[in-house]
Amino acid sequence: MRRHQAIKDKYLENRIFLNRIVILFIFMSLLMVGLIGRLYYLQVAAHSQYRNMATNNRIKVTSIPPTRGIIYDTHGRILAQNLPSYSLEIIPEQVADMDDTLQRLQLALTIPQEKIDAFKKQRKRSKHFDSIPLLLQLSDADVARFAVLRHTFPGVDIHARLIRHYPYAELAAHVVGYVGSINEQELKTLPEAEYRSIYTIGKVGIERSYEDILRGHAGYSEIETNAQGKPINELATIESTPGADIYLALDIDLQKTAYDALADYNGGVVAIDLEAGGVLVQVSKASFDPNLFVSGISYTDYKALNSSKNRPLFDRVLRGQYPPGSTFKPFIGLAGLEYGAKDTQQTLFCPGYFQLPHKSHKYRDWKKWGHGKVNLDIAITQSCDVYFYDLSLALGIDKISGFLQHFGFGQKTGIDLKGEKTGILPSREWKRIHRAQVWYPGETLITGIGQGFTQVTPMQLARATATLAKKGSVVTPYLAERIVEQGREVDIKRAGHKQVPLKPSNVEYIMNAMVHVVHSARGTAKRIAKGIDYQIAGKTGTAQVYTVKQNEEYNEKEIAFNLRDHALFIAFAPADNPKIAVAVIAEHGSHGSSVAAPIAAAVIKQYLQTKLDD
Amino acid sequence: MKVELRAEQFKEHTLIGCLLRKLHIDIPLLAGLLILLLLSFMMLYSTGNKETTLLIRQAARMGIAGILMIVLAHIDPRQFQRFSILLYSIGVVLLLAVLLVGDVGKGAQRWLDLGFFRFQPSEMIKITTPMMIAWYLSGHEIPPNWRHILVATGFILIPTFLIVRQPDLGTSLLVASSGASVLYFAGLSWRFLIGTTLGLAAFAPVYWNFYMREYQKDRVLTLFNPEADPMGKGYHIIQSKIAIGSGGVYGKGWQGNTQSQLDFLPESSTDFIFAVFAEEFGLLGCLGLLLVYIFIIARGFYIAVQAQDTYGRLLAGSLVCTFFVYAFVNIGMVIGILPVVGIPLPLISYGGTSMVTLFAGFGMLMSIHTHKKVLPG
Repeated sequence: MRRHQAIKDKYLENRIFLNRIVILFIFMSLLMVGLIGRLYYLQVAAHSQYRNMATNNRIKVTSIPPTRGIIYDTHGRILAQNLPSYSLEIIPEQVADMDDTLQRLQLALTIPQEKIDAFKKQRKRSKHFDSIPLLLQLSDADVARFAVLRHTFPGVDIHARLIRHYPYAELAAHVVGYVGSINEQELKTLPEAEYRSIYTIGKVGIERSYEDILRGHAGYSEIETNAQGKPINELATIESTPGADIYLALDIDLQKTAYDALADYNGGVVAIDLEAGGVLVQVSKASFDPNLFVSGISYTDYKALNSSKNRPLFDRVLRGQYPPGSTFKPFIGLAGLEYGAKDTQQTLFCPGYFQLPHKSHKYRDWKKWGHGKVNLDIAITQSCDVYFYDLSLALGIDKISGFLQHFGFGQKTGIDLKGEKTGILPSREWKRIHRAQVWYPGETLITGIGQGFTQVTPMQLARATATLAKKGSVVTPYLAERIVEQGREVDIKRAGHKQVPLKPSNVEYIMNAMVHVVHSARGTAKRIAKGIDYQIAGKTGTAQVYTVKQNEEYNEKEIAFNLRDHALFIAFAPADNPKIAVAVIAEHGSHGSSVAAPIAAAVIKQYLQTKLDD
Repeated sequence: MKVELRAEQFKEHTLIGCLLRKLHIDIPLLAGLLILLLLSFMMLYSTGNKETTLLIRQAARMGIAGILMIVLAHIDPRQFQRFSILLYSIGVVLLLAVLLVGDVGKGAQRWLDLGFFRFQPSEMIKITTPMMIAWYLSGHEIPPNWRHILVATGFILIPTFLIVRQPDLGTSLLVASSGASVLYFAGLSWRFLIGTTLGLAAFAPVYWNFYMREYQKDRVLTLFNPEADPMGKGYHIIQSKIAIGSGGVYGKGWQGNTQSQLDFLPESSTDFIFAVFAEEFGLLGCLGLLLVYIFIIARGFYIAVQAQDTYGRLLAGSLVCTFFVYAFVNIGMVIGILPVVGIPLPLISYGGTSMVTLFAGFGMLMSIHTHKKVLPG
């Protein structure tokens, strides 16, 4: 029985077993085919994708930062350069515990929280194994302190980097500008490849407007690395191209003269070389030390600059808008002659005030008792307001604004810096658009003496003066005189030449009147004529900050400093063959003659002296 | 005439052939194994950045494992049958010992330090469990009735549970599958098989929620979305896929494995060696390797079918099955279709314990094949 059962089982068992083996083998083969399918997907279908990933894995492209171009003044003196400095940098991938490392670093070296925050931001936009600066411009003491602790900070190291330095500091801060850390907004628009290894960007001035030229081009090297980011093999290197050097028309000595001459006044001084149109002097005061911004300005420093009454960060030359006051008169006078509204012989009696027909309102002259009998020459020389009220009324606002726009009022000067304001050249249309009102005749009167809506920037005023000095040949001021890229001069595109159609005799009459402002006994700026052997043509101006009521008198000593009039002066010299045009605005300087004119005179004197020496 | 015939026989069975037969070695199986060992040396040379340290150690292990294989091949399979219950019991006791006094390696207790050497009882149980089940089932009617199935299942679950506790999901999976495969070969009814599979599937969420450790859950989650944490949990599988995918059809050539030579691919010489292989030899190389595995499996099944008693048959089938699970699970996890469990690529990955277990299994296969029992009657 037992034996019989065994034999029967054997047969059944064999059958079952073979059956099971075959089924399982088929099942296994199907699973293997599944593996092959997956392998086909990985190695054939998605091959190129994975091949790229493998390449990206092992090949690290490091960006080689270019050396930023140097900025020189016209005589080759360095205004912005690169100095080597030590920076503390971190490769995040090599740091096990970033928070702990940062905390310990803060204890070891004094690192302000804002630097830590900046580092964290920077980290987000960095690629793997990029070295990210935490602290720039380490002091020797900090370098030494870190060197001792270095072994306790894996992934943290000291690197030598070039850092921007401005030897003349606040002297030309608004012109040269500064570089600062790239912010998130800038990041969005920047070409990523160029800024991989650069952490600063030109923020203001030449540094900003010529960023692309100064920056140069980043190079890169392809390095094969292992998974820890350790370089194994250098595959290819493209060196970086240094940025171009820029020579400005600016003369830093002359700049200093102007800066010092402004003394305690805030304001702007612009001098333009009349031969070429280059800006010789561009002072905006109060100023600041641009070096503060280079390695990231501290919060306290920035707050101090920002909250200062003097507004040192504000570029008065390009963004400051002032009423031109009486410096407007030569231009209005010229308009009168050009349009034939007045001729040079016509005279007018100035009683010290002017009234529109059938109106009681008195438009005052600055001289209470009047200038008596004046023609245009005397009106400019003595700055008679009444004459210009009358002339403006005769011209009308349309002719005034139509004529003055040829001199660049109400428009950007086109200088090679960013952020320039347009000022205001009022017209019927302007008032309709901006004030939604019609134009009143009274407004024409005060426009004629450079008050009312009219606003000019110091640069505009200088440009208009230069254009006048060049008898209507329109000057477009510029700063960058030469750009030298790797030893080769680069062509700079200049604005095309424009000429205001003027009658030479009219211009000469006005220029002559401006000479009288300085070189005649009744001239408002006669005090600067002393001791010079050439002639200066000029015009003083006083721009009201505070409106004196009809029954009040302006008393300089009684009103607060910040309500006092601005002092203005425009000039060019030598009058017979002008080489330099200057515009000066001294905020709250009260009198163009006593405060602004000497500043212009000092600049002119020095400039002509050096011209003579050359 | 008589002399001629003898000479011919001698010709056919060359000296080596004779020797191998004397050693109870199965030549096709040995050929398959030797191909894998050769590939292993090539891979280890490549991943070890041309250093021979790994090679020498691996060669030493192969030597020990090879000797064990030959020794086991010599033993009559009836001896295995006789000692099945004893070896199984020793294995279970050692597993208990591991849980109580074992060494912690990589966060799990797997090692037993016997003073002069350390070993993993879980490796031994991979063979003794199917031995035990085969012994148990072969003593009763085939196909087994439900009572025998229940008991056999108990024998499987004891070591499986002990290994899960270590915890070592990969090995417990292998042990369970090795035991279950014996039940399968014994003719477990399909209805029961499917029912159990469905039951396990139903149990999976319970297991997930109450028994699985965080790191094990992570591995499973990572499988489905490695890109969720590319530098952390997903790193391994992403780098592995990059290595394989970048290999393409023809591969980067031997030693052209940038992924592992530059350390992007961790564990390139152990569990993830298949990625290196795929990177160097491409899809064609992978097909070749899978063919070698299929060949060994086919030969193993042939041996199993040829086996002349129930015990040998069941054990042989199960050993081949385990070998397949090794290969399939390892390749599956490396190419990103199975979660990462610590199972090496059989006979190619660097490491001693699995090598010894696998060779022991092949020794037993050869023993089953070369010790033919004359059928009674």
